[in-house]
Amino acid sequence: MILISGARVVDPTQNRDGLFDLLIENGLIKAIDQPGAFDSVSVRERVDAKNKVITPGFIDVHVHLREPGFEHKETVKTGSLAAIQGGFTSIAPMANTEPVNDNAIVTKFILGRAKSANLARVFPIGAVTKGQKGEELAEIGLMAKEGIRAISDDGMPVMNSALMRRAMEYARMFDLPVISHAEDLNLSKGAPMTEGAVSSLLGYAGNPNASEEIMVAREVALCRATGARVHIAHISTREGIEIVRRAKEAGLPITAEVTPHHLMLNELTLLNASHSCVHHQLKTDYKMAPPLRSEKDQEVLLQALKSGLIDMVASDHAPHGCVDKEVEFELAANGILGLQTTVPLMLGLVQRGGLSLNRMVEVLAVAPARLLGLRDLGSLEPGMAADLVVLDLEIDWTLNREDLASISENSPFLGRKFKGKVIKTMVGGEWK
Amino acid sequence: MFPDSLTTIRGLDHRTLRAFLSLTEQIKSTPEKFNTTLKGKTILQFFVENSTRTRMSFEAATRKLGGTSIAFAASSSSLQKGETLLDTVQVIQQYGVNAIVMRHSSGGSPDLVAKATALPVINAGDGSHEHPTQALLDCFTLAEYWKSDLTQDQPFSGKSIVIIGDTLQSRVTRSNIHLMTTLGAQVFLSGPSTLTIKNLSLFPEVRYIPFPDAILNSVDAVMALRIQFERGNKGVIPSIEEYRTFWGLTHERVSKMKPEAKILHPGPMNRGVEIDPEVADSDRSLVLNQVENGVFARMAVLGALVGGLKP
Repeated sequence: MILISGARVVDPTQNRDGLFDLLIENGLIKAIDQPGAFDSVSVRERVDAKNKVITPGFIDVHVHLREPGFEHKETVKTGSLAAIQGGFTSIAPMANTEPVNDNAIVTKFILGRAKSANLARVFPIGAVTKGQKGEELAEIGLMAKEGIRAISDDGMPVMNSALMRRAMEYARMFDLPVISHAEDLNLSKGAPMTEGAVSSLLGYAGNPNASEEIMVAREVALCRATGARVHIAHISTREGIEIVRRAKEAGLPITAEVTPHHLMLNELTLLNASHSCVHHQLKTDYKMAPPLRSEKDQEVLLQALKSGLIDMVASDHAPHGCVDKEVEFELAANGILGLQTTVPLMLGLVQRGGLSLNRMVEVLAVAPARLLGLRDLGSLEPGMAADLVVLDLEIDWTLNREDLASISENSPFLGRKFKGKVIKTMVGGEWK
Repeated sequence: MFPDSLTTIRGLDHRTLRAFLSLTEQIKSTPEKFNTTLKGKTILQFFVENSTRTRMSFEAATRKLGGTSIAFAASSSSLQKGETLLDTVQVIQQYGVNAIVMRHSSGGSPDLVAKATALPVINAGDGSHEHPTQALLDCFTLAEYWKSDLTQDQPFSGKSIVIIGDTLQSRVTRSNIHLMTTLGAQVFLSGPSTLTIKNLSLFPEVRYIPFPDAILNSVDAVMALRIQFERGNKGVIPSIEEYRTFWGLTHERVSKMKPEAKILHPGPMNRGVEIDPEVADSDRSLVLNQVENGVFARMAVLGALVGGLKP
């Protein structure tokens, strides 16, 4: 048995925010009670967590682990280590590996890698279509049997609405949510950034907000038609949020996630960013899909996260090597690292009064567990898995390259000063 | 006072920009004084996107300053074989060049190269972003015709210019907006909305007037742009006839201009589309002056950045 004592425990599932002691046995939360309540229990390990915060382990529903196929960018092992160091006890990798996770064999391979890494829990997301080509359904049922928790073609959105409808009908039988990267590829073609003041100034083709709005609207229509659970990945526009709001008011099973970078940055950050040799930083480290939007969008995203319109935060951890990023802006790969910056960035938001700590735990643990159907995760209630994270809200630190567990270093947050840090992470009763 | 590299007009102040124009004037009046400015210097003409005119203009400028050029042709290069831009530049640097004149189809690439090398980089056109020397030669041509006083902060004060056509994908437009407005001119954009810069909020004050007929009788200069069909412009206008009807510089349309107002075109022209042949060949047109001045403007830039010429 392990006793963790003296911490401030924040757990929205039990309306808990105060000083509590936790007793852990056989990988599960055994009991939680007032400080000192377990002092007479004989335990194997006592952890003094005074002045620390303990929350349920965080769950990232949107990461890219790159294995199999792109092991020069990340592996299941290095990505899982980044997760653990970033406070995530569970991660859900997208299917865009090589080969694509569109069949049970690839799913099994990823789960095997995760098991031998023995770090974070890994819940793979299967492809919607074979090879993510948008032509025919992937082996969704066989992958579900092996352990996928959602389906998505992510960055290769299914443009054929009839096929997407079929995918939703099919996924519903297995109670799998369908995750949509909402982008109309005809509208966003050739656009390395959002359409707006900055793309106009720099002469780049722009990806308009309408590209997202149209596809969110389509997913809502198909959700209504099929009854499937639909989750909008990395929502980035105020128009997209407005459609989600109306869908939720109509009682449809729609959820949405936002990334920390869309909450923290906007198109002007990209304009003013310069290359910095000191922090290995490139302008292309601000390039992702969906792109950074306007200040106005950023503001609306933050409000929507606070109000509950946006259900959760996901990192969209997307490692890329130098060869993918140290190139012309238009040629550079989309995406940035996120597993080790998400929690610190969210803690910063909490410190600045932008979000309550309780809400932060909801969006990083409770809602993600619900989306992926992880009934024993996302809560510190007795009987739940002992997945938890220990935070210190007072530590000042700077993110440096050597802090990154990832193989890649494509983060626009290198060199950034943070207040608040992940101290320790426990998965299934074991410190990782 | 001159920058290390010339990658954009945006961000340069009026002093620097006027100094480039004054130097162009000096070189044009006494070119023989500058024929050894680049003696012993080698300029890499790094054209990753096809160009005939701009490249020849830069090569002529280099030669008239007494320098030599090494030309780079993208089609025969290792960029085709998968080498990255920065690797290519680092290799070429070892051949002992003193500056890079660079054209590239992707905006921002000259900045990327400038950050990665210690050499001066001169942007000869990057994507739809900027084409600084084109703006310098355009404004020099106007200043010459208008006899503008380049010692004034705003030598183009009181002048208005309309740029007609595909401004959306025009690097010439972006550089010219920054330069013309810095020199004090009022700039208008005109053209089909499908081919116009979408959002002007980060630009200096520029007005979009869809149809030029509304302002043609009051402007001091008109710049016509080519529709860049090679940049995937299929389908943005219904037909060439429709374009010509509303935006083409036809004889009839040009006759509404002030008698002394002039026409510029960065070339190459599509005669019969954005400009009618008789207009292009009339004395309204400053097109050949632009080409001639292009060499002097580029001599000024090369002389300032590589040859150590002072304002």
